[in-house]
Amino acid sequence: MGKIVSFLGRRVVKSLFILLAIVLINFALIRAAPGDPALVIAGQSGASDPQYIEQLREKFHLDEPLPQQLWTYVTDVATGDLGYSYRQQRPVWDLIAERLPATLLLTGIAYVFSLGMGLLLGTLAAVKVGRWSDTAITTIALLAYATPLYWIGLMMILLFSVQLGWLPAFGYQSVGAGLTGLDHFVDVAAHLVMPVLTLGLFYMAVYARLTRSSILEVRDMDFVKTARAKGLPERRVVVRHVLRNAVLPVITFAGIQAGYLIGGSILVETVFAWPGVGRLAFDALLQRDYQVLLGIFVVTSIMVLVFNIITDLVYTLIDPRIEVS
Amino acid sequence: MRSTDTKSARRAWYRRPQRGLMAAAAAALLALPVAGTLLPATAAQAADDTQAVQKGGTLDIILNPEPPILILGLNQQAPTQLVGGKIYEGLLRYDHDLNPLPGLAKGWEISEDGLTYTFHLRENATWHDGEPFTADDVVFTAKTFTPETNPRWRLIFSHVDTVEAPDDHTVVFNLKEPFPAFIIGLGVTNMPIMPAHIYEGTDYNDNEMNDTPIGTGPFKFVKWEKGSYVHLTAYDDYWQDGRPYLDDIYFRIIPDAASRALAMETGDADISQFGNIEPFDVPRLSKLPNLELTTKGYEMFAPMAWIEMNTRKPPLNDRRFRQAILYALDRGFIRDNIFFGLGRVATGPINSVTTQYTPDVQKYPHDPEKAKALLDDMGLEPGSDGVRANVEFLVMPYGEVWTRLAEYIKQAMGKVGVQVTLRSTDSAGWAQQLSNWDYQMTNDYVYQYGHPALGVARTYISDNIRKGVLFSNTMGYSNEKVDELFAKAAVENDDAKRAQMYAEVQKILAKDVPVAWLLEMEFPTLLNKRVHNAVTTAIGTSDNFADVWVEPKQ
Repeated sequence: MGKIVSFLGRRVVKSLFILLAIVLINFALIRAAPGDPALVIAGQSGASDPQYIEQLREKFHLDEPLPQQLWTYVTDVATGDLGYSYRQQRPVWDLIAERLPATLLLTGIAYVFSLGMGLLLGTLAAVKVGRWSDTAITTIALLAYATPLYWIGLMMILLFSVQLGWLPAFGYQSVGAGLTGLDHFVDVAAHLVMPVLTLGLFYMAVYARLTRSSILEVRDMDFVKTARAKGLPERRVVVRHVLRNAVLPVITFAGIQAGYLIGGSILVETVFAWPGVGRLAFDALLQRDYQVLLGIFVVTSIMVLVFNIITDLVYTLIDPRIEVS
Repeated sequence: MRSTDTKSARRAWYRRPQRGLMAAAAAALLALPVAGTLLPATAAQAADDTQAVQKGGTLDIILNPEPPILILGLNQQAPTQLVGGKIYEGLLRYDHDLNPLPGLAKGWEISEDGLTYTFHLRENATWHDGEPFTADDVVFTAKTFTPETNPRWRLIFSHVDTVEAPDDHTVVFNLKEPFPAFIIGLGVTNMPIMPAHIYEGTDYNDNEMNDTPIGTGPFKFVKWEKGSYVHLTAYDDYWQDGRPYLDDIYFRIIPDAASRALAMETGDADISQFGNIEPFDVPRLSKLPNLELTTKGYEMFAPMAWIEMNTRKPPLNDRRFRQAILYALDRGFIRDNIFFGLGRVATGPINSVTTQYTPDVQKYPHDPEKAKALLDDMGLEPGSDGVRANVEFLVMPYGEVWTRLAEYIKQAMGKVGVQVTLRSTDSAGWAQQLSNWDYQMTNDYVYQYGHPALGVARTYISDNIRKGVLFSNTMGYSNEKVDELFAKAAVENDDAKRAQMYAEVQKILAKDVPVAWLLEMEFPTLLNKRVHNAVTTAIGTSDNFADVWVEPKQ
């Protein structure tokens, strides 16, 4: 137990330094892009004079020297304040927080769906390797893996919304319907189907392929032969011996995907007009809304770091040979 | 309650009608009895009652991109105008020919000498919080609020000497000199009247009411679900009896262009405007049985698209080179194949749907031989590889159309021996490089706001060569005669004299080609046929929608 505590302590300290580095690099990268929010707004207003641009720069605190802006930002973040979006006139944390539920709902369900289906299909394919079901699964996985997400999304909208009228195409609820209770639940669930499938199919394919190849590597190893020789039933061999050893690369990848639960669905959120954090980031980038963009980077970075640590801990649970150190 | 929409009618996605373009397999699936019972009323049945106004109902409008704020007085971007135009009102409105119509001013007089403008205001108009609307609001907005917040009004207001309110429902503007464009500049897109009781004496940008806009318009603000929709509802105490007809308006935020086209197709959205739909989707959508297309309602904006050339840099500093570019381009081809028939080939600096336009200028038909002759004349002979000159072209990052246009320009100019290198960036980068003169050629389109003194002169006068400022004279063109004509014409009260000055300046500019005019742009407004009266004025869908009514959703 002491081992784990000291492991956690060391990792957290390390993570803080990494986070600081990430903030610095992000800050520098964003500022390296030409153009600033004042110019974007002027461009969209169809009018500008020097006074207007100056007002905007002053309002956004862009008239201060860069090191001072950076210092203000880092100290604010250190005290848990992600800053203020002058463009949207709201605190950054509020903006992110109001988009978080929608995004987590979408990515969370897609995560569970892709992980579950991926493991299942991958195992099935590996067990029946070379047979028709393996071929079918591998082909589907390859297609889902290679097809651009937004294209799948648009094709699904064309089929299920435009042609068949079975599923709603946009948003997360029927706007203005004022539904409550079970109706509301069904409504949101119907809105979720296509975005979740679109987002989940890609990761499902990744997990399926990983699981399949990993199992194929493990299944001919000596300890598996031993298990079979002991006369264990095939199901037990696969689940207890093969899968447990084969699942490590899948966990690695699942850890990475979990890190992107917050910001990783920009395309899907855009195509389906899903009001999530990914779109907030995309809009912020186009509008040069520095504070919002940095805020999302920070939150996403923290998620990645946290899930890295969790992944390492999960390793030790599944494979006792790996020790925390 | 005025509501006629039922909950299930709003949740229309699960009972979508069958469409003609159905694939065979899909048709088979839809032939299920359930789907059959849900088919909509026939078109003939719907057409019967289109004449009688129907009260109530809900309208869905595409909103893109999501505006940063809805206070129209603080932000003049097109999406803000679309929403804010229903909440706020201006003194005047304008018909498609830019003739003023009553707005918050029910009548007005202009003195003979063109110096005094008197407006009589609506007596029964109120703010959405119940406060009465008075002349104080107008004086505050014109004199204090808008000069600080809107650069376009700043230009107009520089001609104004005093603004006075002799009584609660009269406002008098005294001008320093005649400025005939003044009467065009009083719409909601330039000077929306703001509530003095909320903003007077506060820091406008930090006002705590900025989350809940309060206007005098037919619709009041209900809710803004960020990233999803904006909801407005009918204002029951609107000054015009029996208006608005609609109960609710929802502005749907749909960020992806292909998804927006689908939303119009499925009926999820009833109205799209400006560049919401990519031009290549417009011909297909406008043929759908449930949609209709109009290009009216942009007369106030009347954008002109051109190739902007940095006249500080050779060979672009030579008029012959700029003329050669116009001869090298087939602008009819650009209109028909890149803008899919939207727009008119431009003849000069002024858009023909606004005021003071003359067609009587030097013309530039598609003539590559003439272009080559002009380049020969400059001494730009083709080298062994056929290249006479190299120029760099900054692609305008405002959608696929502009990328295709840049590619066409590269090809057309290559044919006369000018090698064009395309450079790409995003909108912030584009704005910075253009406004800091760090470019050779690019595309741009600029709104003309109904009058050359408001939206045309700024591009060509030397006073407006200002580094770091977008939509100024970024190409660095300078011609004393042009400066003088624009300055004099703006303050000329005599119609005939003014027209003559503007005609002369157009002739000079058409010869100098400070920018290579491509198209008087038209934007496609797509409307679901169940929507009536949506486009009746010079600002189209940005107007207040008091008279708009809808048939029930199918």
